[in-house]
Amino acid sequence: MAADHSHSSVSHDAHGDAAAHEHTHPDWGTYKWVALILTLITALEVWIYYLPSFTATRLFVPTLLALSAIKFAIVVMFYMHLKYDAKLFRALFIGPLLIASFIIVGLLFLFNHIKIQF
Amino acid sequence: MATTVSLPPTPYTATTHKYESGLWSWLSTTDHKRVGQLYLYTSLFWFLVGGLEAGMIRTQLYGPNGHFVSATTYNELFTMHGTTMIFLVIMPLSAAFFNFLIPLQIGARDVAFPRLNAFSYWVFLFGGLFINASWFFHAAPNAGWFGYAPLTTRPYSPGLNIDFWVIGLQILGISSLAAGFNFITTIINMRAPGMHFMRMPVFTWMAFITQFLIVLAFPIITVALTFLMLDRFFGTNFYEVSAGADPLLWQHLFWLFGHPEVYILILPAFGLVSEVIPVFSRKPLFGYPVMIYSGILIAFLGFGVWAHHMFAVGMGPIADSFFSITTMLIAIPTGVKIFNWLGTMWGGSLRFTTAMKFAIGLVALFTIGGISGVMHASPPSDLQQTDSYFIVAHFHYVLFGGSMMGLFAGLYFFYPKITGRLMGEKAGSWHFWLTAIGMNLTFFPMHFLGLHGMPRRISTYDAGQGWEQDNHLASYGAILIVIGTCFFVYNWFRSMKTGKVAGNDPWGGATLEWMIPSPPPDYNFATIPNVTSRYPLWDRKSPRLTAEVPHGSAAETKIDVEVAGQKTGTLPAPSDTTGNAASPQPVTSSAKQLGIVMPTPTIRPLLAALSLGSVFIGLIMHKNLPIMFLAAICFMLSLYSWLLTPLEPEHH
Amino acid sequence: MATAAIESHDPHAGAHPATSTGLNNTKIAIWAFIGSECFFFASLISTYLIYKGRSLVGPFPHEAWTDPSTHQVFKAILNIPITSVSTFVLLMSSLAMVLAHSAVVRGDRKSSKIWLASTALLGATFLGFQAYEFTSFVHEGLTIHTNLFGSSFFILTGFHGAHVTAGVIWLLTLLFIDIKRGLTPDEAINVDVCALYWHFVDVVWIAIFTLVYLIK
Repeated sequence: MAADHSHSSVSHDAHGDAAAHEHTHPDWGTYKWVALILTLITALEVWIYYLPSFTATRLFVPTLLALSAIKFAIVVMFYMHLKYDAKLFRALFIGPLLIASFIIVGLLFLFNHIKIQF
Repeated sequence: MATTVSLPPTPYTATTHKYESGLWSWLSTTDHKRVGQLYLYTSLFWFLVGGLEAGMIRTQLYGPNGHFVSATTYNELFTMHGTTMIFLVIMPLSAAFFNFLIPLQIGARDVAFPRLNAFSYWVFLFGGLFINASWFFHAAPNAGWFGYAPLTTRPYSPGLNIDFWVIGLQILGISSLAAGFNFITTIINMRAPGMHFMRMPVFTWMAFITQFLIVLAFPIITVALTFLMLDRFFGTNFYEVSAGADPLLWQHLFWLFGHPEVYILILPAFGLVSEVIPVFSRKPLFGYPVMIYSGILIAFLGFGVWAHHMFAVGMGPIADSFFSITTMLIAIPTGVKIFNWLGTMWGGSLRFTTAMKFAIGLVALFTIGGISGVMHASPPSDLQQTDSYFIVAHFHYVLFGGSMMGLFAGLYFFYPKITGRLMGEKAGSWHFWLTAIGMNLTFFPMHFLGLHGMPRRISTYDAGQGWEQDNHLASYGAILIVIGTCFFVYNWFRSMKTGKVAGNDPWGGATLEWMIPSPPPDYNFATIPNVTSRYPLWDRKSPRLTAEVPHGSAAETKIDVEVAGQKTGTLPAPSDTTGNAASPQPVTSSAKQLGIVMPTPTIRPLLAALSLGSVFIGLIMHKNLPIMFLAAICFMLSLYSWLLTPLEPEHH
Repeated sequence: MATAAIESHDPHAGAHPATSTGLNNTKIAIWAFIGSECFFFASLISTYLIYKGRSLVGPFPHEAWTDPSTHQVFKAILNIPITSVSTFVLLMSSLAMVLAHSAVVRGDRKSSKIWLASTALLGATFLGFQAYEFTSFVHEGLTIHTNLFGSSFFILTGFHGAHVTAGVIWLLTLLFIDIKRGLTPDEAINVDVCALYWHFVDVVWIAIFTLVYLIK
């Protein structure tokens, strides 16, 4: 049994931070604020959609993209607790997400939805 | 610990452990080694089928105006030859090695999800049978292995042919994806103590990278195939040019998958060769970390080169330049690998076993294919070469000369671990030389055929265009390959009975799989090893070889690994620094005697795979909704019954 | 010795079974799956965006269209107010989901049932909105056959809906287990994995809502 015990204690040291993070999940207070912010951003998005003066400007699309990126990031960081979780999960998610985003941009470029001006 | 001095070679006795045999034990198995063998035999069978198709192609093209088969059949032959060799041979043959080797190499007792593993195999088996069932309906797929839409949409391909292809590939995709998630988790989470990432065998590393390519590239083809399926069965407009669809959409989506797929096909072979060459050179792999990084870089760049398959469609100078440059960049990490293999052999004490010959075959022949690849990375050259036999020559050098040679090297190298006996070296040598000479005789003249203007995929050609001689040569070469393959098949089955008994470690291997009996007991390791370097067995048997390789000590305080539930209490004490990594594994009691809990065999993955397959059968039967619905219900039921049953026997 | 081995091998033995990284196998697998799903939805979204504005006939998402032969007028088809509400519903389901998870972690059987049920209910409500949206589009003359927009819109949002449906089934299964025998804190990982999937489906919708519905 001695070997068993020493082994598990070693492993506990090594994984201490992963395990500790799991227990520092955000609480009801954080969740509530996150939900409120998400709702407000969504309201803002819909509001600017109905502003003809704003939709006509070149800022409209970038603003919407930025707002939804913020929502996306908030959900991923807090609800999917990537902010608090092991770094491995971050790598497993953000790596593919970045490549996938590059591919979307690349395809839009190839199909002439995005143009480069020289 | 029993002993820390070098141990005498373990005598092989057939009675050391007994597998349960019988059909049921195979249908319900969750043992990664058995699943690996199922993959192995299934893919070798398809290799013979794909080879038969290739033989028929070469017969047809032997001389001008060939009439061995009709043009229609010819279309089916080259489509099925490509589809079979890629999806039913090279990928599953690699999967056979993933299954068999990954847990052994990382010191685990099974994969992370043993039942999912069995499910992957059954789905693969079903997908292969599904596509090939088309032959019996006289409706084999006939639009090329990349099935360009709109050619493959209903108006241009009205028959069942493409239905079989599109649904079959969809099924095979499910199998690859499920296996991908499984192996990613296994490699991250099932490593033995001390098996840091930078101590993992290179095969496991390449397998790891390949799994990422699979799980990231297959969703793209899934979407592309789904669009095609919806267009064909439900009348959507994704590839319907009359509705304004872009004919390039399929090409982009397909090659977005297709190029990473190329690396899915070659990286496992690179991994196998990286195991074989160091052992038969008696030297650690030259530049291990660079080998890993270049593998990662190849995979990463692999997502940014897809449109080099499409230079001829006219994407404009910016896109052409971009994809040309990224393609040429990939040659750098690939070249690094070639030179590292050469560096490993340099100054080593080489043993030219059959496995080593095939490994060197990969290094030489893949290099030729790689260089012709760099040629058509340049758009102006590509416009000359695309859709000609030059391309056929190129990808056969990388896939046959590369992947298949590497896989053959792996088969000869690991045959003793799988079966307990060595494969005959003499027949192996015949196999190698016939294959290598035949391969060059077949595919090298195709470079000239291509440059002389012979297009791909034509069923006949007229006399007097200067193509006769090279086509003769190619067909002669194919005969040599066929004879070589006969040697292989003969050798395979004969060695099973009469081969020399292998023992644990017939080659003087360096990695964990060679410390356990051949074939391994179902639990693999009676004691989970504690790993202190990349070459745990060499540390013990010939420490001189690994003097310059970084080592941890067994007493190192930070053991960052621990294997699920495998604290059997017999782990080496931390003070044991005399190479406990390779401490002898007892010969051999059953898992029960050792108190090791193994997953319960179960038929549920097979049932799930069968019912999932039946959904697709319903689809191809003109959208037979009752069958599809019933099958879906069965699938849900078998899934629930699977997930709600514990993996292992309950203990109270 | 043998007993110890068996105990530590039992998947239900602890919330953190011993693995190389100390992380749970299923959780690694679900994150790998989510990474894979990024590519799945990236392909669908790319196709939608590539075909945006390329439909030869209407109805169109953001502008009205008059059929030149019949002079029938089709109004812009997307219903932003309704979809904003369903978006809000899905966001709230994510909130319910995290609360369900934290209730299971605390061992609070009563709240865990309430929040699991609310999550499933909110998900089902979202699906209801989607069913309403799809049927009303069909009534207004947009089907998967009509034009490129119809094909790519229905398939993109349809696949998202299929993911929500799978999530609702998953949640109901967890709820059923919770009601029948109670989910223990040790099993919180099962809820966590389901939650990760659920939130991912939510973030996909965040992207779709902006890219499909709001950007004109």
